[in-house]
Amino acid sequence: MYKEIIGVILTYGLSLALAIPLGKAIAHWLKGEKSSWNFMAPVERVIYKFSGIDPQEEMNWKQHLKSMLTINLIWFIYGFGMLISQGSLFLNPGGIKSMSPDLAFNTAISFMVNCNLQHYSGETGLSYLSQIAVITFFQFVSAATGIAMVFVLFKALREKASENLGNFWVFFVQSITRILFPLSFVMAILLAFSGTPASFANRDDIVTVQGDSVGVSRGPAAGMIAIKHLGTNGGGWFGANSAHPFENPNYFTNTVELIAQVIVPLALVFALGFYLNRKKLSVVIFSVMTLGFFCLLVPTVISEIRGNPEIQRLGIAQSTGSMEGKEVRFGPAISAYWSIVTTVISTGSVNSMHDSTMPLSGAMQMLGMMTNAFYGGCGVGILNYFIFLIIAVFVSGMMVGRTPEFLGRKIEAREMKIASIIAILHPLLILAFTALSSYVLVHAPNAAWAIKPSGWLNNPGSHGFSEMLYEYSSSAANNGSGFEGLADNNIFWNLTTGIVLLIGRFLPIIGPIAIAGILANKKYVPQTAGTLRSDSYTFGAMTFAVIVIITALAFFPALTLGPLAEYFSIT
Amino acid sequence: MSVHKRKAYGLFDPALLSTAVKQSFIKLNPAKMIRNPVMFTVELGTLIMAGVVLESVLTGNRTQGSVGYNVSVFLVLFMTLLFANFAEAIAEARGKAQADSLRKTRQDTPAKLIAPVDKSLEEQVIMVSSSQLRLGDRFVCETGDIIPMDGEIVEGIATIDESAITGESAPVIREAGGDKSSVTGGTKVLSDRIIVRVSTQPGETFLDKMIALVEGANRQKTPNEVALTILLASFTIVFVIVCVTLKPFADYANTPITIAAYISLFVCLIPTTIGGLLSAIGIAGMDRALRANVIAKSGKAVETAGDIDTLLLDKTGTITIGNRKATNFYPAIDTDEKCFIELAVLSSLADDTPEGKSIIELAQQKGIQRKKDPSMEFIGFTAETRCSGVNLASGIRIRKGAQDTIRQLVMKGGQKVPPAIDERVRLISENGGTPLVVAEGDQVRGVIELQDIIKPGIQERFERLRKMGVKTVMVTGDNPLTAKYIAEKAGVDDFIAEAKPEDKMNYIKAEQHSGKLVAMMGDGTNDAPALAQADVGVAMNSGTQAAKEAGNMVDLDNDPTKLIEVVEIGKQLLITRGTLTTFSIANDVAKYFAIVPALFVAALPALQGLNIMNLKSPETAILSAVIFNAIIIPILIPLALRGVKYKPIGASALLRRNLLIYGIGGVIVPFIGIKVIDLIIGTII
Repeated sequence: MYKEIIGVILTYGLSLALAIPLGKAIAHWLKGEKSSWNFMAPVERVIYKFSGIDPQEEMNWKQHLKSMLTINLIWFIYGFGMLISQGSLFLNPGGIKSMSPDLAFNTAISFMVNCNLQHYSGETGLSYLSQIAVITFFQFVSAATGIAMVFVLFKALREKASENLGNFWVFFVQSITRILFPLSFVMAILLAFSGTPASFANRDDIVTVQGDSVGVSRGPAAGMIAIKHLGTNGGGWFGANSAHPFENPNYFTNTVELIAQVIVPLALVFALGFYLNRKKLSVVIFSVMTLGFFCLLVPTVISEIRGNPEIQRLGIAQSTGSMEGKEVRFGPAISAYWSIVTTVISTGSVNSMHDSTMPLSGAMQMLGMMTNAFYGGCGVGILNYFIFLIIAVFVSGMMVGRTPEFLGRKIEAREMKIASIIAILHPLLILAFTALSSYVLVHAPNAAWAIKPSGWLNNPGSHGFSEMLYEYSSSAANNGSGFEGLADNNIFWNLTTGIVLLIGRFLPIIGPIAIAGILANKKYVPQTAGTLRSDSYTFGAMTFAVIVIITALAFFPALTLGPLAEYFSIT
Repeated sequence: MSVHKRKAYGLFDPALLSTAVKQSFIKLNPAKMIRNPVMFTVELGTLIMAGVVLESVLTGNRTQGSVGYNVSVFLVLFMTLLFANFAEAIAEARGKAQADSLRKTRQDTPAKLIAPVDKSLEEQVIMVSSSQLRLGDRFVCETGDIIPMDGEIVEGIATIDESAITGESAPVIREAGGDKSSVTGGTKVLSDRIIVRVSTQPGETFLDKMIALVEGANRQKTPNEVALTILLASFTIVFVIVCVTLKPFADYANTPITIAAYISLFVCLIPTTIGGLLSAIGIAGMDRALRANVIAKSGKAVETAGDIDTLLLDKTGTITIGNRKATNFYPAIDTDEKCFIELAVLSSLADDTPEGKSIIELAQQKGIQRKKDPSMEFIGFTAETRCSGVNLASGIRIRKGAQDTIRQLVMKGGQKVPPAIDERVRLISENGGTPLVVAEGDQVRGVIELQDIIKPGIQERFERLRKMGVKTVMVTGDNPLTAKYIAEKAGVDDFIAEAKPEDKMNYIKAEQHSGKLVAMMGDGTNDAPALAQADVGVAMNSGTQAAKEAGNMVDLDNDPTKLIEVVEIGKQLLITRGTLTTFSIANDVAKYFAIVPALFVAALPALQGLNIMNLKSPETAILSAVIFNAIIIPILIPLALRGVKYKPIGASALLRRNLLIYGIGGVIVPFIGIKVIDLIIGTII
């Protein structure tokens, strides 16, 4: 068991060791300093020329948002069209049928918003063309969208910020050419050499020792699995995601995938400090996020290693911990680590089934998505954190007797209004839609739908409740992992989660960018001894308290009825 | 009308209590409650509970719990409302009492209006009531009269007793022209006769504005209050969501939840503590300003004061004791010291300026005294000659003045200023003193050193300001050498020497340009533009009307160090708001642990594990939580009214301290409180 724990610690340490230099490099290039990244500049120039982008054009925050929303709308139409017609398109050796409109709606949105909630199974639901031209394409662009947006925030927080906050298209293109593409390339090679398929051939038919005829799915998967993690997307090539032996063949690939999903979010936190020349600010933000991460991680690892008390009571030894729903080649510790990484980071890929983890682990996984700011997804993690930070600045500013200010800009009613709306939004989406599904389930269990509401849940009682709560938490946080056990491919779930995904993606981007844009236009107030320093650990503690209190207060009753009730009933 | 002594009210003065209690009920009017969204939702909840009680009494339906339980919840909620209203009412009552004692000074007094009587436009004094005076009217005040209205002296000079306003018994001199021409209604003319022009419309004086602010009638929310209300409203909405969604959740879990439990959960979770105390905190802040004898024109001005980065202070009266004092006599080489002192005294006999008097005092200490003699012909200081002195009967002409003036004088007589004197003059200037050179005829006889006396304790105050992050700037007409010396000695951060009014203005603009908030104090008409430019401009009550119009606060005491207090009042106001918000939100943790298990434990017995306080029953748990939620409001009223103390220990240390006390304290206290209340209720039921 010690070996497993050491594996967890080493994986985390290695992620950090790689993320810091990456963050520094990102800051260098954002500042316009010469860096080794410039080797991609010729490629970028071609793209700019081809797309008619003027890289010198500066945009204000509204123009940024307009560009971002417009291109997303176009992507959605494109993705939706491709998915409902994939059956009649090329590169479909498996003869996969076109998607139903509601599933295509859900899938197109889900991948566009970097969520990757999958109400289909990759082997049987998507043609190779869709996997590459829709799914993998979205995995690149949705991550790049998030990164481009956080760059706008970086620009806005500079000391001498003005209306001009860089060019969205440049940020977007560079995010792909300089971060996502090169890293994916390297990672795909690592995966392919470790056994992940990278072939366009149709499924392989084999005859087992038993004499059964089995079709083994494959495809050009390695590249997709790389960007799935680097872009914090999470949607798998195969239905079983990274628990599948092709998607995640061994402990080495497991480690690679674990590092890949945290490296960009972590690097962006450090890039903020390097870029603003406020390294301590980054260190404090990183510390708060890490504290939150560990608060979720430690109970999960412990409860998975300890095993299930019900099995204990049966007198069965669990020397390997709780193994239900886990892969033997990974074991409980690193699987527990993965389950928390994937929920705080908003990747949503899984290497074990969360439905089968201990109740307390389930609560921690949900809390990871409910806070959605401990590291968080590509770019959007910092944007979410920024909302909490603004609220923390406001309350603590008052506590030291000054009207609140952050990095030299006053926080006033308008910014508070936006921050408050965004802070409310997340609990509103999760709770209101879980309430809706609970209501439908209780009051119309036999509605004449393809799948009757009474047939939605795999488990009764608290665990069934967790399945619904998890699904909407995952959607609102744009996470994409599923608790599973939920019959989610039907109109009700496709439609409602689709709506939650859209709102949960774009408002939490628009809000922080608007605040940043407004702040950038404000007069800069120099620091004095009376100014509250946002790069102090005291302030970090305050931010942590704000995050914990807002999430704890909003979700406590729901968690009580779900995983906590289950936890208390088995211990 | 007699002079009213300002009465100091205790926190809960019995006289105020009854009005406040009455007001608490009047304020239940929903039209008024809606201004406070947090408490308004509590009122809605209370009404629903009233309905539940009525329904269960009338129909005998007990599905919503026993009548006694529902009535108890209803009563506790009702008390919560009253407590919150009481907090606001008592703050208003205190403010009002404070304002009333000021207003007493403005009761109707007879006024001697100067009015044209007939078509010949001959003016005549007629007696009217002060309430009949209008802007621009002129009236006469003579010895013993109460000044009926705020105004500006247009003619004459008078000594005035302003104790009714300032509490200071020493009379002050006010005269037409110059910077001390303003008089305040309610003060008393002790001597002489003045003609005053009314400077404000009735009901629009600063005092009227302040009274309206304190009474709450006219209180507008400050920007910070607006932002905080938004935050609190959003917390309220979150809990609306939590409570509304709980219904389908509970249906799924097959747990019936009573209406009383729903409403209790909701009321406990929304930030009622800060919601109930918010306006009281604001009013109390204004009230504290008023107690410090500062009239603020808006709540925003007080708040802004807490943010000040740069403070412009006049040297004279603020940093140094009003006037310079003679500290040394330096005779010329060929002059006997005693002889020189005599000359100095003679030249100062008729000099009524404090400097002149201090020369005579210093000489007295050295045992030299001279009396006025009718034969002496005294020469007063004029702007033209720029020196003063005396012509003795013996024909000796003694002159005293600045070095330049005396130099010209002796050079006219063909003499020179001895180099030793020049050297001495330079030394004195360098040490922050002012040299006065005395000449007898054409001969320079010596130098008198005048020194600024720095106010005792001022260094500590500046140190305190520095720790608050406020930069202090001394403004003085002195030469840069003197200014630098005094600035260093007093511990100010910067100074403006040989300051002209436009220098102040430019300095303020430059500071503001770099993003700083600037406060200054002033009294003269030529200060008015700078007062208007400054973010916080405090005009002295004795100052000109123009100055008072330009600033956003008026200091009734004319105390130049008042700015420091104002800054602290502003900070205290924000801190009180911030800490009580934190406390209020932190309280929710314990309330959750009381109520949530109580809600579900019937259907999910395993959740007993969440009942970490081990409360007796679901009913006592819910009641204890609501009762705690209610009584914490009156418990915190004294803190809201007095304000959380500001300590200049640096922002991070202050945050750590307040976070420990009000954040961690806010988590722990309700655990204890709810447990204790549960124990008490448990024994009763």
